Amino acid sequence: MSRLLIRNGRVVDPSQRLDQGMDVLIADGKIASLSERIDPPSDAEVMDAAGLVVAPGFIDLHVHLREPGFEYKETIASGSQAAVAGGFTAVCCMPNTNPVNDDPAVTRFIAERARAAGLARVFPVGAVSKGLRGEELAEIGEMVREGVVAVSDDGHPVRDALLMRRALEYSRSFGIPVAAHEEDPCLAAGGCMHEGPVATRIGLKGIPGVAEEVMVARDLMLAELTGGRLHVCHASTAGTIRLVRAGKGKGIAVTCEVTPHHLLLSDESVAESNYDPNWKMNPPLRPKADVDAVLEGIYDGTVDAIATDHAPHHQDEKDLDFADAPFGIVGLETAVSVALDRLVHGKVIGIMQLVRLMSCGPAEVFGLPGGTLKPGSPADVTILDLRVRRAVDPARFASRSRNTPFTGFKLRGGAVATIVGGKVVWQA
Amino acid sequence: MSVEPASALSSKDLVGISGLTAGEIQLILDTAEELLEVARRPIKKVPTLRGSTVVNLFMEPSTRTRFSFEVAEKRLSADTLNFSASTSSVSKGETLVDTARNLMAMAPDFIVIRHPNSGAPHRLAKVVPASIINAGDGINEHPTQGLLDAFTMRRHFGRLDGLKVVIAGDIRHSRVARSNAFLLTRMGAEVRFAAPASMLPLGVEELGVKTFLRIEPALEGADVAMMLRIQRERQSNVNLPSAREYFDFFALTPERLKLAAKHALVMHPGPMNRGVEIDSSVADGAQSVILEQVTNGVAIRMAILYLLAGGRGESAAHS
Repeated sequence: MSRLLIRNGRVVDPSQRLDQGMDVLIADGKIASLSERIDPPSDAEVMDAAGLVVAPGFIDLHVHLREPGFEYKETIASGSQAAVAGGFTAVCCMPNTNPVNDDPAVTRFIAERARAAGLARVFPVGAVSKGLRGEELAEIGEMVREGVVAVSDDGHPVRDALLMRRALEYSRSFGIPVAAHEEDPCLAAGGCMHEGPVATRIGLKGIPGVAEEVMVARDLMLAELTGGRLHVCHASTAGTIRLVRAGKGKGIAVTCEVTPHHLLLSDESVAESNYDPNWKMNPPLRPKADVDAVLEGIYDGTVDAIATDHAPHHQDEKDLDFADAPFGIVGLETAVSVALDRLVHGKVIGIMQLVRLMSCGPAEVFGLPGGTLKPGSPADVTILDLRVRRAVDPARFASRSRNTPFTGFKLRGGAVATIVGGKVVWQA
Repeated sequence: MSVEPASALSSKDLVGISGLTAGEIQLILDTAEELLEVARRPIKKVPTLRGSTVVNLFMEPSTRTRFSFEVAEKRLSADTLNFSASTSSVSKGETLVDTARNLMAMAPDFIVIRHPNSGAPHRLAKVVPASIINAGDGINEHPTQGLLDAFTMRRHFGRLDGLKVVIAGDIRHSRVARSNAFLLTRMGAEVRFAAPASMLPLGVEELGVKTFLRIEPALEGADVAMMLRIQRERQSNVNLPSAREYFDFFALTPERLKLAAKHALVMHPGPMNRGVEIDSSVADGAQSVILEQVTNGVAIRMAILYLLAGGRGESAAHS
């Protein structure tokens, strides 16, 4: 029986409304007990967490692990390593691999690779439609049986409203949400940054905010009609936040996530980057007014989760002209620090709400085990140092890719240890 | 508004008007004025750039701009290399930066680049030591065109300050419109963009221009009417119903030109679509300075090469 005692830490667990100095005893991969003082059992390993925050393991609802098919960008093993090095105990990986995860055999393959890596928990997200083609439903039930926790055609918005309706209806039988990359492909066509005065000034083709909002509006109506669960991926505009807030107010089963980069950067920073493709992602960085609206959504609870949209790309394919480079940046190894620095030290929210957004919230959105330190739950723990100051150095990333706009950013606060199933899988 | 010319350009590159000060613009225009005289000599050549190498890297089709640069380079006695690539090989194969590094192995002093991607010259300028001259990047800028247009206006009116300049056509996809707007507003002119909203980029007013959804009110009292080509290759079919309808409502016709000031100039960066954005009788009429623009383009490009070379060698006009 292997035991681990985390002593002297400040336990922050929104699921139990706890924020106090406590010891946490872990036994056999589960939380055994929490108490103000636990004497170390003789066989227990002891970890001193004095001055540190002990939180239920952080969960990232939105990552691209690229395997199978694009192992030169990332593998399930390297992505899991990046996850735990960033303080995440679990990640949900999107299906746009090659082959697409639209088939139970692919789901099984991902689960096996994740087990072999033995680091973060990996929860696969299956495709809504076969081949992400938006034409016919994938075998959603079969994939759920193999461990899929949600379905999404991420990166390939479901253009056909009827297919989206059917997906919302059909997924109800399996109790999973449909996670939607909300973007009208016609309105967005050819764009590579947010459409507006900045894009006009620097001469790049724009993606308007309404490309996202018209799809959110449509899908909220479909969710209302069908009773299906809609999860809005990477909400990035004031309009989206407003729509989701109103949808929740009407009792529609809708949740949403936001990315750290949409909280920290605006479209002005694309101009400042002088056409650096590490500032190109989808949804694009939005104007300051949208950033503020998203922060407001975090503050008032409209936002359920912070998710990275970790999108590794090899330097050779990313280091092209802005228009030619692929969308996306890595996020697993910067997200926690960005969130702590911007949100907690920036006094937008307290540490309790941050833990909710990165642990309990995401666990609830996809119905995952975890997100709590209640005795009997899986011993997935993220330990944070709120004071540590680090400069982002992509050369030290565990991810295979380095495409980040945060290089050199000096951030306050970060993860210092990650525990999955009672095992310390990473320590700073 | 009187602007003192700068004594030199502050950057090694000319990637856009947006990076130039009013003083630098003044310097380029003044220098072009001196260099215009070279074209009138029996031997149209000065030794200013003897021993310098210029690579003309055209990743997008161009006749006028490429020839204009080549003439300017040759009149300054530079050695020139021309490199054209189809856009497809650029997007799928060797990156622009790799191409440029290969070229750098041949130690050129200047790279003149035309590229379908906005920002390509800017990225190049960061990685190679040669002076980069933007000959048009995507929908972003075409600084030498903006300069030659302003030069042409200044030669006719003696000033830019206070001029009312109409730029009409597909503003959304026009690097010429953007470079002209940056330049003319900086020099105190009033820029009027005239186009249906489907051809105007969002937030364009923040460039300091006025926008008009019909061409007639824009032309009222204008000093310059600059017509842009309706670029079929950059349009999807939803932006515009037809060329016929465009001509009907937005083209510069003799009747519409009467709305402008009597002395108004008609300009076009070329190539023209006669009968689409401009009526032939206007294009070829007494107020047209379209061919003068071409002549002036050579002087502007000579001035830029000369100034980026740091004014090395003797003053070109006096050698």
